[in-house]
Amino acid sequence: MNFFSIPDIYLVILGLLFLSIIMAIIRVIKGPTAPDRIVGLDTINTIVIVSMIIFGLAAGSVIYIDVAIVYAFLSFISTLFIAKYLEGGEF
Amino acid sequence: MLSQLVDVIIYIFLALGVFFNILAGIGLLRFPDVYTRLHAGTKCTTFGSIFLCGSVILYGLKMWILGNVDGSMWVIHTGIALVAILLTNPTGAHALARAAHKSGVKPVGAVIDELENKPTKKSGDKMEAKK
Repeated sequence: MNFFSIPDIYLVILGLLFLSIIMAIIRVIKGPTAPDRIVGLDTINTIVIVSMIIFGLAAGSVIYIDVAIVYAFLSFISTLFIAKYLEGGEF
Repeated sequence: MLSQLVDVIIYIFLALGVFFNILAGIGLLRFPDVYTRLHAGTKCTTFGSIFLCGSVILYGLKMWILGNVDGSMWVIHTGIALVAILLTNPTGAHALARAAHKSGVKPVGAVIDELENKPTKKSGDKMEAKK
């Protein structure tokens, strides 16, 4: 068994995840209202975080996972601020 | 023998995670409403992310047990990323659903809407204003 080879199956997984991202992008483009588009963006954020983790394992470097952690918290903050804006609250 | 069993478990986790993530995309395209789309796009991606991160954690654990100390880095960092996803994703979905209801989007085909005539408290109100 060779444990240090790059797992090629993770690249196939990445391709399938991009299919899901494309479906979410279609929802962002043709969404009738603004919350629809924000829901699509939130889904894209989560799938991009998982894709970063998967690509970090496929490329063999841990730094992608650290970027994924930071991206998770930043996208969470942006989602909260957009929700606050849609709600009509004061900043 | 045991490492091959772990490999099979990793493949099963990958298949489950990708299946649920693609279900999230199909649900985003097919559902008729903001709230049902939010249901599909948040729950399915959270559940699929658990399995995909779990496969990476299992890969790192296998590397760590078989003698390569670099596997511990995969386990710890992916565990922190999984905790970040599990903390932030449902909170964002809750905030989005609340904002969508307050901005006037009604559920399609809903029989009852219990929040409809409820007086909403503004976020900027002071405690003295309620008395």
